[in-house]
Amino acid sequence: MTINEQQDEIIEEFELFSDWMDKYENIIDMGRELPLIDAQYKIPENLIKGCQSSVWLHPEYTAGKILFTADSDAIITKGLISMMVRVLSGHTPQEIIDADLYFINTIGLQNHLSPNRSNGLLAMLKQMKMYAVAFKSQD
Amino acid sequence: MGKSIAENIREDFPILHTKVYGKDLVYLDNAATTQKPTAVLAAVEDYYKTCNSNVHRGVHLLSQQATAAYEEARQKVGKFINAAYTHEVIFTKGTTDGINLVASSFGKKFLHQGDSILISAMEHHSNIVPWQMICEERGATLKVIPMDENGVLQMDALPGLLDETVKLVSVTYVSNSLGTINPIREIIQQAHAKNIPVMLDAAQAIQHFSIDVQELDVDFLVFSGHKIYGPTGIGALYGKEKWLNMIPPYQGGGDMIKTVTFEKTIYNDLPYKFEAGTPDISGAIGLGAAVDYVTAIGLDAIQAKEDELLHYALEQLAGITNLKFIGKSAQRASVISFLIDGVHPYDLGELLDKQGIAIRTGHHCTEPVMDFFGIPGTCRASFAFYNTQSEVDLLVAGIKRAAAILL
Repeated sequence: MTINEQQDEIIEEFELFSDWMDKYENIIDMGRELPLIDAQYKIPENLIKGCQSSVWLHPEYTAGKILFTADSDAIITKGLISMMVRVLSGHTPQEIIDADLYFINTIGLQNHLSPNRSNGLLAMLKQMKMYAVAFKSQD
Repeated sequence: MGKSIAENIREDFPILHTKVYGKDLVYLDNAATTQKPTAVLAAVEDYYKTCNSNVHRGVHLLSQQATAAYEEARQKVGKFINAAYTHEVIFTKGTTDGINLVASSFGKKFLHQGDSILISAMEHHSNIVPWQMICEERGATLKVIPMDENGVLQMDALPGLLDETVKLVSVTYVSNSLGTINPIREIIQQAHAKNIPVMLDAAQAIQHFSIDVQELDVDFLVFSGHKIYGPTGIGALYGKEKWLNMIPPYQGGGDMIKTVTFEKTIYNDLPYKFEAGTPDISGAIGLGAAVDYVTAIGLDAIQAKEDELLHYALEQLAGITNLKFIGKSAQRASVISFLIDGVHPYDLGELLDKQGIAIRTGHHCTEPVMDFFGIPGTCRASFAFYNTQSEVDLLVAGIKRAAAILL
């Protein structure tokens, strides 16, 4: 599935929910399903510290594709990052660099990416793109 | 029986009728900032509509009117805290600005190598960092009055801490993250017995109960306008005349001078010595209107209503399974910090927000307090006199609904 196909799939899933609490229950459920980051990678170097919640992000570059695993101390943040991982993980550095993440706006979660949100999500997205740039330059 | 809060008090605050996510707003983040009554909004608008002009230097009528309105606001603030002289009130950007002013000016004059500043374990970052900065510059150290697990200052440690190195004590009147009202009379008395001046951070006190700076005999006191129903960007520093005359200006510029030559500048008298540049004229006028508004309602009535809300909320919240309070002082303002076992405060805050309930989550700019309790942050509900018991009920129901999803 391409990055955009993944995004469209998430958008479709969210169309089922009209109520905000239902949307968030869905996000929380996704957070619970997130493959946990391997304990050996839950280290300070992989920590993206937000003012409110923290995110751990670990990239692995194999066969030209980046695989991301991530975790957070807050379950909603975990749900939000699970969507990012779902959309971006398993793609080439170039695909990740070029990705336009429109699904966040479409499902109405853009406030989580505004600079005044301190859940570490915006920083995590930047970090994912930076890893892509770094791996690309290794090629 | 004193005055009580009018039934229709919420009509004074247009924003309280806002809907968020299709639900009625329940605003319980009053310790972060309070909402503004129409009287304050009208005062600011009226200023810009009728007498907007720069203060203190114009010969024309509008400038004279603007100056009169700005100085009248100073008188209102001075009277509100019972300052002996109006010129003991300096308009600032807010509490943080006031603390930075005193830290910088007092520090430059009185702080030397080996000296110390005494603060408490429950200070907001704004009453820690300015002191760390000036202490570093002057070779001084920062000392801390410890607190116990209830969030109460350990006063038995105070006499030992008040040694000859201490040049100033700067403590918060009310803790923004725990709600604790500190025994500031005792602190001032003990400090003064050793000729040490005291500054009070009244950011979380000024809106809750009456403060008389002369009765307290406090040397400096700072607060923010926006926490007492006034505009953001304006605050006040009170300082005893003798101290304000002794310490040097904070910033240089227009208004704070008497004469300027390239060789030497003669500084202006109080309060202008500390108000460099064009001040926040509309903000000061708005603050004056806020002080009038609060005075008309009566701080006794405000305190009684907030106490009632506080105790009702404490009682209702205590009924929630796995809820624990952070900060259990018997003397407290209408601020409640709490956590639910197994629930990250950010998650709870998010799910309350989606139900229209605004609380604050995080470390509340008091990271040392969170470190003391070994927690990443808390959920904080803070009440103003315009809140209601039914809003407390909505909070409790909202927490239960969120916890059911999160746990």
